[in-house]
Amino acid sequence: MGLEAKLQQDGFITTTIDSIIAWARKSSVWPMPMGISCCAIEMIAAADPKYDLARFGSEVMRFTPRQCDLMIVAGTVTYKMAQVVRRIYDQMPEPKWVIAMGACTSSGGMYRSYSVVQGIDQFLPVDVYTAGCPPRPENLINAVMTIQQKISKTRARDFQDQPFDNTIITNN
Amino acid sequence: MEMKELIVEKLKKNFGEFVQEVTDFRNDLSITIASNKIVDVAKILKEDPELEFVMCKDVTAIDWATRKNRFTVVYHIYSFKNNITLRIKANIAEESPAIESVTSVWPSANWYERETYDMYGIVFKNHPDLRRMYMPEGFQYHPLRKEFPVLGIPGSLPLPGKI
Amino acid sequence: MEQRPTVYSDEKLFKKLLEDKNITIEDALENEMVINMGPQHPATHGVLRLVLRLDGETVLSALPELGYLHRGYEKMAEEMSYIEFIPHTDRLDYTGTMCNNVAYVLAVEKLLGIEAPKRAQYIRMMIAELSRLAAHMVAIGTYAMDVGAVTMVMWTFREREKIQDIFDRLAGARFTTSYTRIGGVASDADSVTLKMVRDFLDQFHSALDEMDKLLLSNKIFIDRLEGIGVLSKEDAIALGITGPNLRASGVEYDVRRAKPYLFYNEMDFKIPTYTDGDCLARYWLRGDEVRESVKILYQILDKMPQGEILANEPKHTLAHKAEIYTKMEELIHDFMIINYGINPPVGDVFFSAENPKGELGFYIVSNGSGHPWKMKIRSPSFCNLQAIAQLCKGAMISDVIAIIGSLDPVMGEADK
Repeated sequence: MGLEAKLQQDGFITTTIDSIIAWARKSSVWPMPMGISCCAIEMIAAADPKYDLARFGSEVMRFTPRQCDLMIVAGTVTYKMAQVVRRIYDQMPEPKWVIAMGACTSSGGMYRSYSVVQGIDQFLPVDVYTAGCPPRPENLINAVMTIQQKISKTRARDFQDQPFDNTIITNN
Repeated sequence: MEMKELIVEKLKKNFGEFVQEVTDFRNDLSITIASNKIVDVAKILKEDPELEFVMCKDVTAIDWATRKNRFTVVYHIYSFKNNITLRIKANIAEESPAIESVTSVWPSANWYERETYDMYGIVFKNHPDLRRMYMPEGFQYHPLRKEFPVLGIPGSLPLPGKI
Repeated sequence: MEQRPTVYSDEKLFKKLLEDKNITIEDALENEMVINMGPQHPATHGVLRLVLRLDGETVLSALPELGYLHRGYEKMAEEMSYIEFIPHTDRLDYTGTMCNNVAYVLAVEKLLGIEAPKRAQYIRMMIAELSRLAAHMVAIGTYAMDVGAVTMVMWTFREREKIQDIFDRLAGARFTTSYTRIGGVASDADSVTLKMVRDFLDQFHSALDEMDKLLLSNKIFIDRLEGIGVLSKEDAIALGITGPNLRASGVEYDVRRAKPYLFYNEMDFKIPTYTDGDCLARYWLRGDEVRESVKILYQILDKMPQGEILANEPKHTLAHKAEIYTKMEELIHDFMIINYGINPPVGDVFFSAENPKGELGFYIVSNGSGHPWKMKIRSPSFCNLQAIAQLCKGAMISDVIAIIGSLDPVMGEADK
């Protein structure tokens, strides 16, 4: 007697609001592919038929930040690009998560030079760091699963007091 | 080999003592000329029917740090007709480094010269659009100069504030 | 008036707009507008930024801006030894990593005046051609995706994955390979790897035909590209374009033929050229190049010689790890190379190789020490991008995407 058998009848299930919302949120994480350099190619590879990110409900890559809740920063972030990355992050609606894909974004990686930001956590709140240069697609999928675990532990009210702040996108 | 001799001979005939040095290291012909003659040399090399160096592949510079003529501007040009790549060098002094732009002869030098300006601070006179190529506007330094540290100068490039 | 979120930068301008009752539809039609395309845009292949001045949908002028991925390669190269820089070459043109590895070590070998053994050169040629296939697969796939054929990118990445499996076995990494060494290659290609290459090539023909069937009988795709972004032969040369984009404009110039390196002079292959110089020609040309590369790869597999994979130059090449751990001579040389570098003679060389995007050149100035005094990377994508302003002028805004895709820039290389 599984759930399917019960579906024939006017059944009901009991759960908490928090868990059903967290379940819905984690099963449809829409990534914002912030593809900057090499990692972007591996990010496409993660969505291709062999690795198939769609199995985790995250295949809907949206190139507009307004429709996304997960930002995958894939590639070296320079000081010039940092302003752009931050502006795009600010335009994403709450709740939102960030994956720092690869060594460059996590710590500057092999680019210890004048133009590269040594870790994007200097200006972004990062949820998951992914190792590798670039990480293999499996590793990116692992990062997405970690994000899903993190989301499943959230409560709906955690994000209530943070209304979408429009003022941030003004030109400064 | 005779093609290389022809190039050197032609330049020597036209410019005489302005041709300062000719080297042939690892089969790469390299000719150093006086920096004030660069556009004239470029015109000859491009328009001479026997040479026809129509494509400018690259423009860059070398910072020698301690030499009196601190910078050397390096041009790599290519002739489809003779299938030969030629290197032209011009030494320029450290104080307010400047050289005439060759964009009037080779339009492709436009971006290469902008890049060299960005990296070394060498001013290309009569360049149509001399702006920084890579670094943001307002950046005060020229990264490829030898005195600039690899890790950069803290605070020279702004970051967005932390959330 | 109710409080509204301030989405306009200028509060006063916003209020004025609300008060103004005389705005009509013609106002929007008569004015030129400036649109900022990129740096975050799916069709700009990374972080290229184009500032477009538009009249309606027609582009009046385009101003490219680069530098969003400027990582300071040339500065870092001056601080590290010649061997340390090999992994950095992977990340120049990251779609075809092996080609960069090969071009760089060939440049250093030219500076040193040494030559790798024949088998190493053949392996280099093989990986360069495989890498060219991988790069063109990305180029064709993303190009088709940009103009609306999303299926294509799935198909080309399917093929690309097979090439990356070969690299995975050969170099231990599927993407950033760092496989070549100064004086040879890191590890030998065993019979299993060579069989993997042959198996891949055997099934690749039908996959290519399938892709052609999908796109080249597609009227929308053809109409979208034909006659768009025409680059004449003279302009292409004047702007310094190289690679497939130059050949699509009718110039038969390929470094593999003009200045043969490795053993390309022993290979039988054609240099495909088109005279149209439009976006469709650039698409066709990449397809033809892929077929020529397959032809070259079959010849390499047939002719692959036996022998050493590292040159016998103990002062310049790092020995294999097993030898360093067991032999005194090798240990001493390894110590000297790691601590003092390979110390090439004083001088400067320019070496260029034919990469998937065009002619990749390395200009290395040595002062006799273990670090390069200066290293300039002549990156093909950077040079090819110079044409964008001219090609976009007068085009429609949707053509801009096709033009960028057809030039196929990789920003890792263009920004260095």
